Amino acid sequence: MRYGKPVLIISMLAALAGCSSMGVEPWERDLLAKQHMAIVADPLEASLDDHIYFSKEATSGGRSFAGGGCGCN
Amino acid sequence: MNTQTKTTFKTCPKASNACQAIAAASALLLGHAAQAEGDFWDFSKDWSFDSAVLYYSEADRVQAFEAIVSATRETDVDDKFNFKITLDSLTGATPLGAVVQNTEQTFTRPSGNGQYTVAAGEIPLDDTFRDTRLQLNAQWTKPAWSGVTTSYGLHFSKEFDYLSLAGNGSLAWEFNQKNSVFSLGLSVASDTFSPYGGIPVAHSQMVVDRVQFADDDAYRAAFDATRDRADDTKQTTDLLLGWTQVVNRSTIMQFNYSYSSVNGYLSDPFKVYSVVDNTGTVIETNGLYAHYYENRPDSRAKHSIFGQVKHHFDESIADFSLRYMTDDWDIDSQTVDYKHLFYVGENSYIEPQFRYYQQSAANFYLPYLLDSQAQPEFASSDIRLGEFTAYTLGFKYGWKTDSGNDIAVRLSYYQQTPKDVLGNHPGQLANAEIYPDLDAFFVQFSYSF
Repeated sequence: MRYGKPVLIISMLAALAGCSSMGVEPWERDLLAKQHMAIVADPLEASLDDHIYFSKEATSGGRSFAGGGCGCN
Repeated sequence: MNTQTKTTFKTCPKASNACQAIAAASALLLGHAAQAEGDFWDFSKDWSFDSAVLYYSEADRVQAFEAIVSATRETDVDDKFNFKITLDSLTGATPLGAVVQNTEQTFTRPSGNGQYTVAAGEIPLDDTFRDTRLQLNAQWTKPAWSGVTTSYGLHFSKEFDYLSLAGNGSLAWEFNQKNSVFSLGLSVASDTFSPYGGIPVAHSQMVVDRVQFADDDAYRAAFDATRDRADDTKQTTDLLLGWTQVVNRSTIMQFNYSYSSVNGYLSDPFKVYSVVDNTGTVIETNGLYAHYYENRPDSRAKHSIFGQVKHHFDESIADFSLRYMTDDWDIDSQTVDYKHLFYVGENSYIEPQFRYYQQSAANFYLPYLLDSQAQPEFASSDIRLGEFTAYTLGFKYGWKTDSGNDIAVRLSYYQQTPKDVLGNHPGQLANAEIYPDLDAFFVQFSYSF
């Protein structure tokens, strides 16, 4: 535990540094620009799924906000 | 804007590419400026629409129909307005929480008006579940300052017995040539539950008229004594921290941490739990069977971690996500979601979908209570707080029409399998089916234009 925090901070900085070397040039975004490659490719489908699982399971959110919405749970 | 560009091209000498490029760039800029000033508030322009309908059906239980229309307006100054309207309708039966018995059982409807009977050996289902809901959402996303985008939203949802109002705000900071995005969001919601018949007193006994009352007034007085308020509220605050990272030309990742705090009335006013003796039979006290309205803590704090990777292969896209959630009710859950989109020809695709979900039980969940046990402060027999695994198998087919609009059809099957949290059960419950399982299918049709 004594070294826990510094190790965590160093790992996060390393991850951050790693992320800065990741990525593409603006002209290399042909595939990423596709609607199917969006993080949420079909927002309405995600919204319908969230409603179903929110009303049948004890977990909601994670991808986006979890709260409120309906009396179904 | 195209017209302007074409006109400007004509004034350049044929050989001067640089001149053409400058002219095109200035036309673009001028176009932007003109749009920014003239068209920003002109809501008759620049709309795109997405719509979807869903039919959801559980074997012998709930049926639901839901329709969504989403209208998005993207202006040339990169502001985005989204308005969404959702309408859904639910009917059918839902587990009451009372334990199965080898004799017929009679229960009172939540309103206190009328009864329903459950056959011997059947898990008690409340067949009065019926509701229609209207939901409206508005979201405004706007570039704020260098590399930072803000987004504000409002949410309204109304059912016959439920009202939900929420607002949200978030900041997204793009850096590293827009390859990294850090986001921070806050959402606050206030919900009001006003069930027909009122909110039951926690742990009060369900009053069932078995002709033991002198008249209707005596029954009604006994029923009303189990209700102490017409409505109650809960407040939800969600905090979301997100990191999106482009890895390379074909891979993108996202990591989210979210914290959710809910305070207020978190019980389900329609659910009960039963007390049984050492033969597994529901006991009788005060001339009534021992079915008590549930009671949950008035606060819940949830933490969740979500990670997603999308990768574009030559002719397909894999979408994989994991979610871990833990809360102070001792519920832990894991979710695995995997979708793989395969392009078929120029204009269509198929997408098999798989989802696995597992949760542990809340620390106050019990399928029933033994009469030898002391009454706990919190108790619920709602299977959604129990331990179970669930999976969903889905298949989607989508195509682009000749006019460039997107259509998709999706068929999914969802199954929940409860796990026994007790191990053994007394008397008549030893071989009974105690936990309700769930089989559902849903069909979705989407159209974007």
